[in-house]
Amino acid sequence: MPKMNLSHFEVSVLFALFSSIVLGVITKRTDSERLHYGIRCFVYFMVALIGLGWLMRLGHG
Amino acid sequence: MAANATKKADQEPRSWYGIVGLSWLVPGGGHFLLKRPGRGALLAGSVVLMFLLGLMMRGMMFQPQRGDLLTTIIYYGGFLGDLASGLLYLLTVWLGYSQPDMAGHVHDYGTKFLVAAGLLNILAIVDAYEIATGKKD
Repeated sequence: MPKMNLSHFEVSVLFALFSSIVLGVITKRTDSERLHYGIRCFVYFMVALIGLGWLMRLGHG
Repeated sequence: MAANATKKADQEPRSWYGIVGLSWLVPGGGHFLLKRPGRGALLAGSVVLMFLLGLMMRGMMFQPQRGDLLTTIIYYGGFLGDLASGLLYLLTVWLGYSQPDMAGHVHDYGTKFLVAAGLLNILAIVDAYEIATGKKD
């Protein structure tokens, strides 16, 4: 089994991607709604990730 | 006429035990059985990739462990999350790919990925159950 070394950002993006796909697939009723919801979830994950990252950076000085 | 009959048969509630069992054992399997191959493939791909990434980051598999309240919740919850991946978890343990707990942020993320893959599979199982019982089309 190969070993992977990913950064915090890469791992977070992958987590957001897979979670958004599953949330999009199971939540809505039409394919169009699923796609839009999945993209929206991914954008929310990214905004939270970058926002919290900046918050921690500013908090630590 | 025949298409209508097929559609009606697809929408009728059916026995969900086998579908839920297959969904747990093989991520996305229940959706394939319910003739939703596109959704099944997306769910299977997400859960399997997340699990494999967790393994490749040398994440730890939780074992049930008692201690104080927080320890019990974390270890039992983590074990249930790992177990929810079905065959992926069973094969990992049987083939000896289960890793010991190691210090380091990458290993820690791997552990979280392994549990998250199981939790995503639980969402897929619930979705397959709702389709099988006719609560969702």
